[in-house]
Amino acid sequence: MFLQALIISFRTLWRNKLRSCLTVLGIVIGVSSVITVVVIGQGASQKLTNEISSLGSNMLIVSPEEEDGVGFAGETTNIVPFKLSDSEALKREFPDCGGIAPVSSFGVVAVYGNNNCRTAATGTESSYFTIRKWALGSGRLFTFTEERAGKAVCIIGEKVRKTLLGAAEPVGAIIRIDRFSYQVIGVLKSKGGSIASKEQDDVVLVPIKAYQRRISGNKDVDMILVGSGAGQNTSILKKQLKQVMKERRPVPPGKGNNFTIEDMKEIIKTVKKQTSVLTTFISAIAAISLLVGGIGIMNIMLVSVTERTREIGVRMAVGAQESDILSQFLVEAVVLSLFGGLVGIILGLIVPLVVTKYMDLPFIVDLRIVVASFFFSGLVGVVFGYFPARRAARMNPIDALRHE
Amino acid sequence: MIELRNVSKIYNTGGAEVRALDEVDMHIDQGEFVAVMGASGSGKSTTMNILGCLDNPSCGSYLFQGLEVTGLKRSQKAQLRRRYLGFVFQGFNLLSRTTAVENVELPLVYRGISKRERRKMAHSALDKVGLADRALHTTTEMSGGQQQRVAIARAIVSNPYLLLADEPTGNLDSKRSNEIMELLTLLQNEQGITVVMVTHEPEMALWASRTIEFRDGRIIKEAH
Repeated sequence: MFLQALIISFRTLWRNKLRSCLTVLGIVIGVSSVITVVVIGQGASQKLTNEISSLGSNMLIVSPEEEDGVGFAGETTNIVPFKLSDSEALKREFPDCGGIAPVSSFGVVAVYGNNNCRTAATGTESSYFTIRKWALGSGRLFTFTEERAGKAVCIIGEKVRKTLLGAAEPVGAIIRIDRFSYQVIGVLKSKGGSIASKEQDDVVLVPIKAYQRRISGNKDVDMILVGSGAGQNTSILKKQLKQVMKERRPVPPGKGNNFTIEDMKEIIKTVKKQTSVLTTFISAIAAISLLVGGIGIMNIMLVSVTERTREIGVRMAVGAQESDILSQFLVEAVVLSLFGGLVGIILGLIVPLVVTKYMDLPFIVDLRIVVASFFFSGLVGVVFGYFPARRAARMNPIDALRHE
Repeated sequence: MIELRNVSKIYNTGGAEVRALDEVDMHIDQGEFVAVMGASGSGKSTTMNILGCLDNPSCGSYLFQGLEVTGLKRSQKAQLRRRYLGFVFQGFNLLSRTTAVENVELPLVYRGISKRERRKMAHSALDKVGLADRALHTTTEMSGGQQQRVAIARAIVSNPYLLLADEPTGNLDSKRSNEIMELLTLLQNEQGITVVMVTHEPEMALWASRTIEFRDGRIIKEAH
């Protein structure tokens, strides 16, 4: 009997191809937009977390900002900068961690011959490269002596090399940064593409002492990077760091710490959570169009029932039960909406496939979303098909037969 | 044998009480061909609806082979219709854009008969009405007379006890009408089907073995 209803409904829908297609348009749009949003959202989230983790996921950032200094821009009143002694102290306290590097940065102009470019100069130490997992394409890192003496040597990013030196041999070349000359001792390997690699490509790194003396002109350290060693728990490390820093930078009781420690793992977690909240929110809005699609189906089913009143009358006269008529129209509505769901799924996979390719995002399909939207569209068919179907089933056969 | 006993049908339209049927007694034997005549509003259609288990009498009783039909549930009456009754309407009431054989199959679908069996029965019914060669044509491709014959095939496909024809020739010219009447008579004689036909054309009533005439909800004349 169910099979019979299925065959009848297929036949009826096929006879009204155009109308059937227009009817399911709402469902198609609803399902495809939900899937599109989710797929693109997950792709974007994945890419974002990938990029953040490429900054170094086993990394803690210690900065001299006040912990509860949530304040407004410009309210950064009395930040006491770190000194090299702070990073040296941390090195003594945490000999087993994955490296400690003081970092200071500033915008500079780099010049070589007739070429020049704006870039960021970063003063740091060799451990910086280990923590951030930056590899050299050619040349070498700073030696201990160069770091201690603050020698005028530099390691340049791929983009800087291209702009300044072009085809010239980079290692050994002398370039000028602001007013002083530096010898290039290494070139960073290029990653290309992502935000993170842009940072790695467009940079000039010098020993921090050279930076302090020739670029910033003070003894400040902007932040300290702490890498976690193999198998080291970052949250425990964070606690220990906090303890040491507290001793070094005492504050009056009742006041918050005048430093902040951020765990990259936590940042990634937060970003993931935020993007998933956003995706859920947008797909919930998209799901509303599914309801609108359901109302569309109900509308057309009501029209269809009215139009086929005589047919219903004939079917009843030849012995169709209420349940026969009910199932016929209900199955028709469900077939319609499932068809819409199917088309929506196909469309909802094609659109993000194109978009992710264009936007250079990973294409991640959560099968659960696909299955759920298919069943949800079926549910929409049942819910919104029930009222018209019941109306058909409750008809009085005499009136139905007389209907013009 | 079907029997109406003291059947009345009262409609309430806008507070006014209309007696469509007024204490009607009727008795139809198996194998009879009865013509029901009367002007419009005389109660003949109401009688048909009651005989066809499509409508309930306001009072009185309807016995179908001894079974009291009045008071049966909707679903029970639907079962009764699909087992024992066949309908032919003035407007044919075939499903459009559907082949003749599919139309004829329709009552069998609701009896849960297998597809192959249905096809066989439908073809044999079409054969009986002389349309075996038109089985796969859609109804829109057929003339009125042919459509009505498809409708008759649909009515007899499940070997009904009673065939109810409501103005079956109302939309046909006299030649086609006579063909339909010949067919009904043939079915009555050969299959032993009881036929009750509503008509307002006296020539058509002549084909019947008995004529019942209604006026104002009452039977005023019966003739053999």
